[in-house]
Amino acid sequence: MKSKFEVSKLNLHYGQFHALKDVSLSIFPHEVTALIGPSGCGKSTFLKTLNRMNDLEDGVTIDGSVLLDGKDIFKDMDAISLRQRVGMVFQQPNPFPKSIYENVAYGPRLQGIRSKVKLDEIVENALRGAAIWDEVKDRLKKNAMGLSGGQQQRLCIARALAAGPDVLLMDEPTSALDPISTSKIEELCAQLKKDYTIVMVTHNMQQAARISDRTAFFLLGEVVEYSDTDQMFSMPKDKRTEDYITGRFG
Amino acid sequence: MEANKKAKRTDRIMTWIFVAVAGFFLLLLAGFALLVIGRGLAGFEPYMLSFSREGIGNQLFNTLYLVVLSLLVSVPFGIATGVYLAEYAKPGRMTNFLGICIETLSSLPSIVVGLFGYLVFIVLVGAKWNLASGALAVSILNLPLIATTTKDAMLSMPKGYRMGSMGLGATHWQTIRRVLLPACMPRILTGIILAAGRVFGEAAALLYTAGMSTDINWSNWDLSSPTCPLNPFRPGETLALHIWASRTEAIGADSAQIANFSSAVLLILVFTFSIGARIIGHRMERKTGGK
Repeated sequence: MKSKFEVSKLNLHYGQFHALKDVSLSIFPHEVTALIGPSGCGKSTFLKTLNRMNDLEDGVTIDGSVLLDGKDIFKDMDAISLRQRVGMVFQQPNPFPKSIYENVAYGPRLQGIRSKVKLDEIVENALRGAAIWDEVKDRLKKNAMGLSGGQQQRLCIARALAAGPDVLLMDEPTSALDPISTSKIEELCAQLKKDYTIVMVTHNMQQAARISDRTAFFLLGEVVEYSDTDQMFSMPKDKRTEDYITGRFG
Repeated sequence: MEANKKAKRTDRIMTWIFVAVAGFFLLLLAGFALLVIGRGLAGFEPYMLSFSREGIGNQLFNTLYLVVLSLLVSVPFGIATGVYLAEYAKPGRMTNFLGICIETLSSLPSIVVGLFGYLVFIVLVGAKWNLASGALAVSILNLPLIATTTKDAMLSMPKGYRMGSMGLGATHWQTIRRVLLPACMPRILTGIILAAGRVFGEAAALLYTAGMSTDINWSNWDLSSPTCPLNPFRPGETLALHIWASRTEAIGADSAQIANFSSAVLLILVFTFSIGARIIGHRMERKTGGK
């Protein structure tokens, strides 16, 4: 299978701190790839490298290469068009203080789409895609801040979808949500992977086991193990992986 | 148990103290407003509202016009400065120094700003007293207020707004223009209200800039004429200055009543403006803040 992302020899420094060490891995299309590991292991940093959100931090230096469909995201693409293709959902739901409609229309508007008919269509499709259309279709003009946390997170997924990406990065998208909202997001991921490639950082081992196809285990900036999720959770190759997933540390 | 009792009693006493202090100031304000407005209206004669040499119609118009003119300068520059400080300036000595300069600017005595305005906008330019230079002078006092409120509002925005916007492929400027500034607007508006309130009451900074005379011909709409109401380059005495002049220099028999009446009008003007602006602010907050 052809990979979506091909990461090789990726090294990242925050000033003097070596946050990612020689990370090499392939991420495959139409799969959910889970990144697990204890706090500070570099999994979020790795995720943010994939759409160059790390560029926004001071003192970050990166070397190595990340190819998206064969194109180097640092050399052959600018950050803006990269982020339109690689959308991101954050740990804390972060809708803008605007109407539900305007939140979803934000990405398309940035890309210069003005036609009302076109925007209506994109907004509806995105909200349907994020399984929240039925809950909000009668109050699209209402402020997004009035939604519950779980609804806000699905709205943020819709907002990312509306920009027309083919990859979705999710940084612990359910850690601020209640169990019911969490399972809704998990079901949604299973749906979305038909059309998108999903990379998800999670603190929750059961979640990784439930929804991901492949799992990468990060420790102190290195990828200790990367394999099929089933295999990793039944027969981890590395002693450290086993210790972590059986809850001996982390 | 004894300690709990004591804590509860202290709590009650403190509550009373705070309520009493707040009540005292509320009464003071109400009494003051009633006194000024009452005395102003007591001596009211219809001619006082006229747009003639005796009435204060022209001064009332000048005041409003000056507020508009000064906001035209201080709002765009103030917001731009605030955005620069919050979003573009690199933290460091230079930015700190700039911050101190702006704070100093806002605490300059207004008479000093007035004399500065006189030297620069009148003497240097070789102009006569005029509203535009008055507006520029009070803008010096206002600009820091608007800049600081804008900066503080921008810095208080949750990081998620910025990340969310950049993550969708927005540029820095698009993020500021489409997400951060609209979200900051209710707070910036509060700054603008405070700034405008200051213009309403400002006298010293206008003494040597906007001037102490006013000569308007209400049928003259030729902008270049010095008697056209909308010409910003004509002298224009404001209400606050008129009060001062009526109380100190005027020789008319009823100048004291005119001063009282002007004070009442000015007070009502400021109240109306603040309340109106606050209503707009609340509406905006409801639109952007949810619920």
